[in-house]
Amino acid sequence: MSAAAASLRRKSINLPVALILCSALIYSIVALATEQDAQLSWAGVMGLLQRMVALGITAIGQTLVLLVGSIDLSVANLISLAAILAGFVMHGSSAAIALGIAAAILCGLVVGLINGVLVAVLAVSPLIATLGTGLVLQGVLSTAYESLPGHAPPSFRILAYGGVFGIPFALILLAVITAATWYVLRRTAIGYRLYGVGGNAQTARLAGIRTRRYVIGAHVAASIAAAVAGLYLVSWLGTGTPWMGRDGGYDLGSVAVVVIGGTLLSGGRGGVAGTIAGVFVFATIDAVFNMLQLNPFLAQILRGVIVVTAVAVYTVRGKAHTA
Amino acid sequence: MMEQAIARIAGKPIILRKLRIHPTIAVFLLLMVAIVWLSPLYRTAPGLMSLLQRAAPIVILTCGQTFVLVAGGFDLAVGSLITLVVVAGALITEGDPSMTWVAIATVYGIGIVAGCTSGAIVAWAKVPSIITTLGMLLVAKGIAMMWSGGAPQGYLPQNLRFFGRYAWRHVPLVTRMPVAVVVLVVAVAIMCWLLHGTNFGRLLPMIGDNPRAAELAGVPVRRYRMATFVISAVAAVTAGLLLGGFSGVSVDVGTGYELQAVSAAVIGGVVLLGGRGSMGGAVIGALTLYALFTLLNLIGFPEPLRVGVQGVILVVAAALTAERGRAD
Repeated sequence: MSAAAASLRRKSINLPVALILCSALIYSIVALATEQDAQLSWAGVMGLLQRMVALGITAIGQTLVLLVGSIDLSVANLISLAAILAGFVMHGSSAAIALGIAAAILCGLVVGLINGVLVAVLAVSPLIATLGTGLVLQGVLSTAYESLPGHAPPSFRILAYGGVFGIPFALILLAVITAATWYVLRRTAIGYRLYGVGGNAQTARLAGIRTRRYVIGAHVAASIAAAVAGLYLVSWLGTGTPWMGRDGGYDLGSVAVVVIGGTLLSGGRGGVAGTIAGVFVFATIDAVFNMLQLNPFLAQILRGVIVVTAVAVYTVRGKAHTA
Repeated sequence: MMEQAIARIAGKPIILRKLRIHPTIAVFLLLMVAIVWLSPLYRTAPGLMSLLQRAAPIVILTCGQTFVLVAGGFDLAVGSLITLVVVAGALITEGDPSMTWVAIATVYGIGIVAGCTSGAIVAWAKVPSIITTLGMLLVAKGIAMMWSGGAPQGYLPQNLRFFGRYAWRHVPLVTRMPVAVVVLVVAVAIMCWLLHGTNFGRLLPMIGDNPRAAELAGVPVRRYRMATFVISAVAAVTAGLLLGGFSGVSVDVGTGYELQAVSAAVIGGVVLLGGRGSMGGAVIGALTLYALFTLLNLIGFPEPLRVGVQGVILVVAAALTAERGRAD
């Protein structure tokens, strides 16, 4: 982490590259030191990268929301709901795959619209609004779960278990979503306006940007991303459960990786490259702890310390107070 | 907005607007009427006292959280701190009543260290409080799990459960006076004085509203912000001691309390990310949330759906507060 700080100070390498290099180095050293060379083979590295998929897709959506100065804490329960819904609609039949995907995405669209309207139109604090919708989803999940049995058909599980040229399909999906989001943010007017809204909503409005639309749009995108993450998880695990999102810590976890990647919680600065770097850091932490066969509770303590330290590395030199 | 709507229907806009009744108080009274109507138990003074006894932890927790919220922060670590307190209490005493005071001193020590750490990281390292307290949440829960080997069980020794469980009998006026209610009153009085009676407390909204301006005006922003996290952590320890009195020892005692405390504060009109809020509002918000849970229990509302209702109430309360804020 101090190397990341040093490189930042020199401004020679940017933050995402520094983060990825740092954690890849630690991963390789630990793999060699514990003589688990298999972790460094093609399959081992692909396994490591595949751990990024669910959190990565969710975190890219979270990046958009944080960029406009909002936050989404409902993603964890939305992931579970989308996964359960997709499993129920598919019900093990290959013919219903498209319908299952559509149901999950539609569910994300609706939740995103509700979040966006609460935040942008009713001016509810985004923390509270999305916490509230998250709690409502949790209530829905625990009551409706029993009546929504189902599982993904084998042909859908290819998404998580199949691949081409040794590259898992899921990883390609993550790469495509990342690239598309990067393109929109950096190469289109929509992206520039999104940064404008997050940087200073008042100025953006005076400049003629319909700020509400961008906030709602970011929330819809984040919720659809969470639904896609739910689809990936149902393809990986076979069925959805009401606790899969919460147990995975996708709500605060996705916020943490975005912030580690250098996106400001207050909005207006950051991007998907940093987010992917943050997700990579999380994936390597887990892999390294596994290789070292660390006590899982000690691993949790260290994860907490690492999250705070990673963010502190570049916030500590700032002058402004944070919320 | 609600007041204005009521006022419009009643056709007496001026009087109601002058009274400025906090809408939460009206909701709370309504809930209490429903509770008393449904259950004869709550028509007696001891019944109401036991309601207050069980509401004590969440009220104290909300009041502590209010300091952090008013100064523009967010404390997510209180739930796992409660778990750590209960687990630590059980492991230090190991059923031996003579260790009670050592255990109490230790858990308050843990709380102060945790609060100072979170506060220092937010104030000096400038890590956003959501991230800092998320880290503290993981650390506290991890320590509780590691210390207890993952599955602690049983109960705290009797005299450590005193604060949560014991009640003096034959007290005039109320018949039954739970210790928890006395703790509640004392804790709320101290926190009320801190927030509204000292310069420290009166400067907190300023810090929450605009920390830069507060700093230029000479407010020791960093030290004060750190203090808010210490107060929140100490309140969490107190709530943990009370909760340990009601329930057994497990790793789930504190689960969900951080969100309940934030919800209660928002229902009580505390504005997130700083600048506004009062101790009275926090107390009423927490009591309202607890009364709501009690009522849902009484009418046999399915347990899992309760969180859903909490979510709806939370969003509605925040929307009304936002509306009131714009109207001002």
